[in-house]
Amino acid sequence: MSTLQTFRNAARTLAAAAAVAAAVLPTFASAGPTLDRIKERGVIKVGVGTTPGFFAPDSAGKWQGFFIDYGRALSIAVFGSPDKVEFTSSSPQQRLPALQAGEFDVLLSGVTVTITRAFKLGFHFGPTIFYDGQAILARKDLGVKSASELDGATIGVQSGTTGELNIADFFRKTGKAFSPVTIEDTSEFLAALESGRVDAITQDSSDLVGKLQQLKKPDDYVLLPERLSKEPLAPAIVAGDDRWLEIVNWTVYATIQAEEWGITSKNVDTFLTSQDPAIQRFLGVDPSLAQDIGLDPKWAYNIIKTVGNYGEIYERNLAPLGWERGYNQLWTKGGLLYAPPFR
Amino acid sequence: MRRRSGKTAVTFLPENVTDRAVRPQQRGPWAALVAWWGPRPFAQIAVLLGLAALLLWFGHNAAAALHRAGISPGFAFLGRTANFQIGEAPIAFQAGDTYLRAIAVGLLNTLKAALAGCLSATILGVALGVLSLTRSRFVRALVRSYIEVIRNTPLLLQLFFWIALAHALPGPRQAPAALGVVLSNRGIFVPALTAPEGWALPLAGVGLALISAILGNRILARSIGRGSALVWILAVLAAGSVAISSGVTLDLPHLQGFNIRGGASLSPEFAALVFGLTIKFAASIAEIVRAGILSVPQGQREAARALGLNEAQILRLVVLPQALRVIVPLITSNFLDLAKDSSLAVAIGFPDLVSILNTTANTTGQAIEAVFIMTVTFLAINLSVAALMNRYNTRVALRGQGRGAGR
Amino acid sequence: MIGFKFRSGDGLRADLRGLALSLAAVVLCLLVLRELADWLLVQATFAGDMATCRAAEGACWPFLVAKLRFILFAFYPTDQLWRPIAVIVGLLSLMGVSALPRFWGKGLLAGWGFGLAAAWGLMSGGVGLVPVSVNDWGGLPVTLLLWASCMGFAFPAAILLALARQSRMGGLRVLSVLYIEVMRATPMVAILYFAMLILPLGLPEGVIFDKITRAAIMTALFFTAYLAEVVRGGLQTIPPGQAEAAAALGIGYWRMVQLVILPQALQKVIPGLVNLAIGFLLATSLLAVIGVFDLLNAAKAATTDPLWLGFHDEAYLFVAAIYFALCFGGSRYSLWLERRLARG
Repeated sequence: MSTLQTFRNAARTLAAAAAVAAAVLPTFASAGPTLDRIKERGVIKVGVGTTPGFFAPDSAGKWQGFFIDYGRALSIAVFGSPDKVEFTSSSPQQRLPALQAGEFDVLLSGVTVTITRAFKLGFHFGPTIFYDGQAILARKDLGVKSASELDGATIGVQSGTTGELNIADFFRKTGKAFSPVTIEDTSEFLAALESGRVDAITQDSSDLVGKLQQLKKPDDYVLLPERLSKEPLAPAIVAGDDRWLEIVNWTVYATIQAEEWGITSKNVDTFLTSQDPAIQRFLGVDPSLAQDIGLDPKWAYNIIKTVGNYGEIYERNLAPLGWERGYNQLWTKGGLLYAPPFR
Repeated sequence: MRRRSGKTAVTFLPENVTDRAVRPQQRGPWAALVAWWGPRPFAQIAVLLGLAALLLWFGHNAAAALHRAGISPGFAFLGRTANFQIGEAPIAFQAGDTYLRAIAVGLLNTLKAALAGCLSATILGVALGVLSLTRSRFVRALVRSYIEVIRNTPLLLQLFFWIALAHALPGPRQAPAALGVVLSNRGIFVPALTAPEGWALPLAGVGLALISAILGNRILARSIGRGSALVWILAVLAAGSVAISSGVTLDLPHLQGFNIRGGASLSPEFAALVFGLTIKFAASIAEIVRAGILSVPQGQREAARALGLNEAQILRLVVLPQALRVIVPLITSNFLDLAKDSSLAVAIGFPDLVSILNTTANTTGQAIEAVFIMTVTFLAINLSVAALMNRYNTRVALRGQGRGAGR
Repeated sequence: MIGFKFRSGDGLRADLRGLALSLAAVVLCLLVLRELADWLLVQATFAGDMATCRAAEGACWPFLVAKLRFILFAFYPTDQLWRPIAVIVGLLSLMGVSALPRFWGKGLLAGWGFGLAAAWGLMSGGVGLVPVSVNDWGGLPVTLLLWASCMGFAFPAAILLALARQSRMGGLRVLSVLYIEVMRATPMVAILYFAMLILPLGLPEGVIFDKITRAAIMTALFFTAYLAEVVRGGLQTIPPGQAEAAAALGIGYWRMVQLVILPQALQKVIPGLVNLAIGFLLATSLLAVIGVFDLLNAAKAATTDPLWLGFHDEAYLFVAAIYFALCFGGSRYSLWLERRLARG
């Protein structure tokens, strides 16, 4: 084969390779801020998990749950309709990298706000929508009343959560020993407790209450009083789109403020005639506020009308599983929920 | 690649097809390299460059993405403290040790599970393979249905089943104990030997007894033509008395606090994982063994029978050694698969390498490094197992050929 | 079929031993079957809700009835269910047709190409159909479609890779060996983590593939390495004389590969390919580990509904039965084929 021909072949191969490469490479989407991306796409991508009450598919294949309702509220705030939202389940290990990669516009999967996540991993957090704390669910037949009596116990931990670190910290602090069994799969996690493979399991208390309902004999277990950690669960977004952050913030605040005013999905229409100027601004009867912030005047009205206020969302999704409101109560009733003024 | 016209010289052929066509004219390292590199040198370089460019582009993007996320790539995190606890560690580990140590624990756990799995899968697989050739129709059908059920359902589901079974054992307080063995959902506990005054003296004693027994038997074999079990009994007695006199005691498992203490234990997760791997891979090993046995010509067995060997002897001395030649290369790839599949431990809570790297990636954000370590480690395990098995294979094959040539 | 049996000099003793073994086996079988029947039927609940099921010891059939739709199709819109059903039926019948040697040929390959494209089109919609986001796909169609698509990509790629590994071109050979060995040494879980965690990082900012596509890309690349080794086994059985004869006749390389080498080489390894394909179908269940709603993961998610909490045994057994039905059929077929090909 002559050298010239070899060169010609080489050039041809190279050109073909380049053509293939160009065809295979995915097309570029706009790399702009999150909100532009959402509007261009026409749908909000939300990362969720699978925990009963928070997010779980029903028999018809529709997502239901506390965080799911907030996803729908965001869809109303941006598009005026609760259906312009796409939920994707993501395991605890993958959700943060996936958010970083831009796979989701917002993570509503019960992410704990921590300083590392805010500084180092480059996330912004919306308002806390669920105040939680890590707790221990122990078998009653151990006869323990508090976590400090669990010296030498075997404790189930679910992998990929802050729980793994908190429980280790707790036992180091108290100078007690424990042996962990780290399990990824939720059903295996529960089976370990039920069978007595572990003496206790540790998780966010809200999660434990939900898990308690899945056990065959819920009365055989006791939730120990200690909270090993603070777990404020909040929506997380990637830093760099302030307007999107504000929409997330004020969507949450709207549900809290509505509960404070006693506005529910059922009675919201009666408030349209309210003489309170704050409520008039809130519901868009007086459109001045909405014009200032550039949202649809009816955005808060639509959210309350469709999804309901904080209390309704809580009652609908979490109360059936036996959750108490606890800290997740309005500040006026001794809880931590507090919305800044809508002005 | 474009299709070439019919007139062009034949290139890109399967090796054995074209070996004869290759005629290196000159000698020397450059010529050898050119001959090795083969036809269409520039096209090959273009392909390699294209791939390199693709990888570079990928790496560049990844670096940019990591920068945006504020993660500095590199392995510095290995020296940082890992604030989680590991349930099962062959070497001491506690929260506050380094990530490197945590990963080492994971690696040891993986090796432990893979080794135990390979060993027991081989034993069960060979037994089943032999059983699948017995005369009893029913036993054959039973072995067959075992193999079909196991091979046609996902391993992940099987592991879920085995861990559920392990959990179904009674708790430590109700666990049945017999002969010092406790079966509980906290693990399978067996009596273990402990040496409070150190292992040096007893081990030396046992070693000495072993060596003298082997030597003694050799001498016996030379003088009277066969070894004697008596030598071994004496050696065991001697070793036992040395061990007991140097402070070795039997540690029986017993209930203490919430848990069973003492003895040696297999955790339920480890037991379920090894059990699951054993059951799964024994099924495919049984198939291989069966094929291997069938590959030995019928005449050999008849000849052996004519020589007066009994069935067990025929199997052990005639059939299996020859069948091994067929079996070993196939079993090797089964071992490799088993080692890889031990990574499913992550689903049932055994802290293997993958599970620990998973936690590491999650707490440090160093996902690329974690997957890199995972890949390199498994590559190393695989290559060394493959190398070992290849050596064994050569030995088996050579021995067989040597015998054949001698005839 | 059984080549020989271990015969013993003492026939009576062997028979007794066989009888004892058989009896033990029968007793074992009966015990297992009784437990199973007890759970599945005797103690089971056939109507009611979560509370009635909880009160009973056995299996909860109403759970399966309520969740059948979700386990099989996950989030796919209920009014569009005919589409995934059509995909399942279409893919299964394509498999059925492919199983018969008399249909093997170019037409079948074209049929698979068309079938896969049609299946993806039908699932995603457009052209008069309501578009359904890949995000909402799940259950059995995803398991089957991912498996078939990955095989569809991996098969031609594996042939090229195997040819490269056998070629005289050193650079390509090294590349191919490196690729095959690294892929085969890596656990599939690690490959899937790569798809989830690293692949998105390597793409330019703003370019995003959904989870299923990413998993499919990496799974296909993974399968390719295994298939390539099987194909190579076939290539090695072709006597060199054939290629030389073809070259002497002036047949070009690719025509020779297509007309002479591949038909013979592939025929030799068909049983191996079928077994590998079964293994791959089971391996797709690992997608559950990274949260793709394949059959296994859909079953898992079905147990988190507050109305039907925690019926894991029922869900897992159900999908195990589906996997078994598919793979057992495949392995029976492989045996039949092996015998048929051996006959010539």
